[in-house]
Amino acid sequence: MQIYVCVKHVPDSAANIHVLDNRKIDETVPFLLNPYDEHAVTEAVTLKKQVPDSEVIAVCLGKKDAESTLRSALAMGADRGVLVETDESCDSMTTARALHAAIDRDGLADIIFTGKESIDSEGMQTQFRIGALFGFPVVTNAASLEVTHDKATVTCELAGGRTRTFELSLPCVIGAGRGLNAPIYPTFPDVVKSRKKPIQTLSLSQLNMPAAPGSAKIVSMTPLVQKRNPQKITGTPAEQAAEIIRILRQEAKVLG
Amino acid sequence: MKQAGIVIEMEHGRVKETSLGMITLAAKTVDSLTALVMDGMTENIADQLAEYGSHTIVDLALPDAPEIRLNPAVRATAVVHAVRELKLDRILGLSSPEGKDLLPRVAALLDAPLVMDCVDVDLSTGIAVTSQYSGKVMAQIQLAGDTLVFGIQPNAVPPEPAPVQPRIVAMAGNAAVPENFALLSWDDGDSAGRQSLAEADIIVAGGRGLKNKDNFSLIFECAGKLNAVPGASRVAVDEGWVPYAFQVGQTGEKVSPQVYIACGISGSIQHFAGMKTARMIIAVNRDENAAIMANCDYQVQGDLFEILPEIMRQL
Ligand SMILES: Cc1cc2nc3c(=O)[nH]c(=O)nc-3n(C[C@H](O)[C@H](O)[C@H](O)COP(=O)(O)OP(=O)(O)OC[C@H]3O[C@@H](n4cnc5c(N)ncnc54)[C@H](O)[C@@H]3O)c2cc1C
Ligand SMILES: Nc1ncnc2c1ncn2[C@@H]1O[C@H](COP(=O)(O)O)[C@@H](O)[C@H]1O
Repeated sequence: MQIYVCVKHVPDSAANIHVLDNRKIDETVPFLLNPYDEHAVTEAVTLKKQVPDSEVIAVCLGKKDAESTLRSALAMGADRGVLVETDESCDSMTTARALHAAIDRDGLADIIFTGKESIDSEGMQTQFRIGALFGFPVVTNAASLEVTHDKATVTCELAGGRTRTFELSLPCVIGAGRGLNAPIYPTFPDVVKSRKKPIQTLSLSQLNMPAAPGSAKIVSMTPLVQKRNPQKITGTPAEQAAEIIRILRQEAKVLG
Repeated sequence: MKQAGIVIEMEHGRVKETSLGMITLAAKTVDSLTALVMDGMTENIADQLAEYGSHTIVDLALPDAPEIRLNPAVRATAVVHAVRELKLDRILGLSSPEGKDLLPRVAALLDAPLVMDCVDVDLSTGIAVTSQYSGKVMAQIQLAGDTLVFGIQPNAVPPEPAPVQPRIVAMAGNAAVPENFALLSWDDGDSAGRQSLAEADIIVAGGRGLKNKDNFSLIFECAGKLNAVPGASRVAVDEGWVPYAFQVGQTGEKVSPQVYIACGISGSIQHFAGMKTARMIIAVNRDENAAIMANCDYQVQGDLFEILPEIMRQL
């Protein structure tokens, strides 16, 4: 089975984000593998173990530094990586075209894993666009997966404990959610081994993609710091509770 | 002139308040509003949509059979069909759990740009305002293309009545289930009738401070009393006290309720990423130096095991 995993290089979730020139972020913070993509890689590697003669290929569109994210995927068990290198920041329409083109020239996909969303641009859409470009069915926020020769049965989470179970014909695209698995933590030997695994680098222009019929461009960015001015609610627990109820009734007006 | 199509969500046979709010938001920057109804038209629904300003109401009349009607690929195809027939060039839907599985499908089928979780949109210029970097940054995004798609954060705008006499159009017969994608089953859990976190007015959330699964029922009971939706920090989820669906934060739900009551939650950067847009934050914490105490509206220093039962007793 030929299994592709799309992995994005994103700022560490714990990093403080600073905005520069009102339109981009200060990129001197640490960058990591997108958290949802860890679940995608983990599922791909698990599937490879179940299906003999499988290969897991991690694919990333990003700057030269994004190679470290591909290395993380390789340390988790992917066999090789493909980096589509660009210094531009690409919107989802272009990103999907690039990932589609890179996968298409690499081989015949049986399953393409992605995360359910990237934690930087929060697009929630690349998986669907890749699916549409290939003509493959897509699910997102997958919480369990079972693959039987030409079909995948996937349970996806909506909010509030609600789920939907789908049957997809392979090839298909699966957007991994947090419920899917516990991410593999690579051991030191895994990390050492991953250094010898191949990463092929392509340039975006090499892919010769047709232009997208639309775009999404950031025109401005502002840090979202909501300055709150905390007021203390003091007294005995009973007094504190009474004050909370008063605030809910009279200030927030959410209680009858 | 721009033609906006608004994907309507329903609940208990009525239009969701949050869907009506989208009509109010769209009306600010576009003159022609078309409501797209997928889950069965009734007079009641038509009246509600008219009351809030839908000029045209389209009944997409999906089959009743849930395995067809709830299949998001079927729904996306039906929306795209209406968009093309009626030449709509601005599409809005909720960034709700259903919307997250529908709008990106619509955008992908149309090969049109999409921004999810918008808190504001200008449909004439095609500019959307949304948070990025896990809620740490607000971005203004310029969309370009023939058709633009916007996922609107529930509660972004409160609905305001603006009555009109709508035209009602039936547009059925477009509900083929794709061969490669079937909905096998659906489970609405014990949440049937419960509001989702993303749409809640009040959230009572618990974290490590609850200490164990049994104690966490205090959060459920207190939420029940306040007509609130229960939520959790990642620690509470990772410890197995509540399912993942309850998690608020960067890798959980992004919420913006009127009031967020955080109990025994320290206020990590990742937790804030999911709830910093709450209108009011009340923090109940033993430790006055916890991060959440510095970035809330009301700090309640104390033991949640004393304060929450008091709240329930006094209600
Ligand atoms: C990639 C990544 C993604 C993440 N995503 C999320 C996410 O989506 N959501 C999320 O929440 N976290 C997320 N985290 C985890 C986050 O970093 C924190 O570990 C987590 O939020 C802490 O949970 P907590 O506040 O419940 O626990 P703690 O930080 O341990 O805080 C417990 C608090 O309870 C208080 N307390 C204890 N007992 C009592 C009592 N009796 N009465 C009152 N107060 C009491 C303590 O004073 C303390 O402040 C993520 C981490 C990573 C690395
Ligand atoms: N530049 C990228 N390189 C590789 N994969 C990506 C990239 N951007 C998005 N993806 C994949 O698409 C998923 C959804 O991303 P998004 O639509 O940005 O929320 C991510 O979890 C990744 O798996």
